[in-house]
Amino acid sequence: MAMTVAWTLMILAAVLYGAATGHAEAVGAAAAEGALRAVELAISMGGMVCLWTGVMEVLRRCGTMDALARALRPLLGRLFPAARRDRETMQALSANVSANLLGLGNAATPAGIQAALRLKELSGTDRASNELCRLVVMNTASVQLLPTTVAALRSAAGAADAFDILPAVWISSAASVCVGLLAARLMEGRT
Amino acid sequence: MTALLAPLLLLAAGMLALGRGVDGFDALRQGAGEGLRIMARVLPALIALLPAVWMLRASGALDALTALAAPLLERLGVPAETVPLMLLRPFSGSGALAAASEVIGHAGPDSLAGRTAAIMMGSTETTFYVIAVYFGAAGVRKTRHAIPAALCADLTGFLMAAWTARWFFGG
Repeated sequence: MAMTVAWTLMILAAVLYGAATGHAEAVGAAAAEGALRAVELAISMGGMVCLWTGVMEVLRRCGTMDALARALRPLLGRLFPAARRDRETMQALSANVSANLLGLGNAATPAGIQAALRLKELSGTDRASNELCRLVVMNTASVQLLPTTVAALRSAAGAADAFDILPAVWISSAASVCVGLLAARLMEGRT
Repeated sequence: MTALLAPLLLLAAGMLALGRGVDGFDALRQGAGEGLRIMARVLPALIALLPAVWMLRASGALDALTALAAPLLERLGVPAETVPLMLLRPFSGSGALAAASEVIGHAGPDSLAGRTAAIMMGSTETTFYVIAVYFGAAGVRKTRHAIPAALCADLTGFLMAAWTARWFFGG
C-alpha cells in the first residue's frame, strides 16, 4: 500500500505541477518516454547484472561463502554473545553476513530469517532482543563487497570505469553499519 | 585501477573453479540465469516507476523540489539532485533504482551527483522492506529501537556517499 500512495502522489504532483506551469504536454510525453527508458535500462544493464550473478555463483560453488563465513565467526561471536554457544544460530548468522558480502541476495535472506527465528527463540518473547535488532540493522545497512547492480547501472550509462566508486562505497558502507550498530547500542537501554 | 577489477575477477573465478574441480562454466550459466530472473522481477517495477519519475522531471516539480532542498543540502555537501533517491531508498529498491538512473542519466555517470547517487545505492539497503521481512518472519511485534537505528545507518550512508564522492573525485 505504501508504494501505491507514493506512486499516486508522484503522478499527482507531476500532473498538477505540470498543468500549473504549462508543461502539461511535456508530462504526457514523459510517461511514454519513461516506460521506454525502463525497458532500455533493463536491457542495457541486464547483461552486466547476469554476468555478475554468474560470477558470484561460481565463487559460491567454489566454497568462497563458507570460507568467508568461517572467517567471520569470531567477529560475529562478539556481536551476538547470546548466540555464541548455539551452533545453528552462529551458522545461520555467518551464512547471512557472508552471502550479503558477496551480494548473494537469494542465499542471504533465508539464512537471515533462520537466524532471526533462532534469536527470537533464544530470547523467548515477541519483543525483539538486542541481538535481533543488531541483525536487522546489519541487514538494512548494505555490506556488499561488490556493488554489481549499481556498477551495471553506471556502465549502461557510459561510465569510464564502472567500479571506480568502490573505495567510496566501502567507506560509506562501513561507516553506515558502524553508526547503525552504535545507535542500536545507545538506544538498547531505553527501549 | 579498478578498470582491471572485472577481468581479474572473471579470471580468478575461472582459475578457482579449475583448481577446485568445480564446473565453473555451468555455475556461470546458471548464475546468469538467476540474474535474468532478477531482471524479470525488477523490470515491471521499473516500467511502473520510471514514467512517474520522468513525469516529475518534465513537469518541473523535480527541479522545484531540488531547489527547495538545495540550501540545506549544499551546506551538508550533498548534491540536491539526489533528494528523490534519498526519499525512495528506504521504501523501494526499484524506486531507488529508477531515481538513481534518472540522476545518472541527467547529470552523467562520472559527474559528482551521478557518482554520489551510485555510492548511495551501493552503501544502503531497502530498510523498511528488510525490517518487514525479518520481523514478519520471526513473528516479532515489538521492534524496539531497530527502526530508528536502521534510519541512522541510512542517513550516515547518504552523507558519507556525498562526502566520499567529493574526497575521491573532487568538486
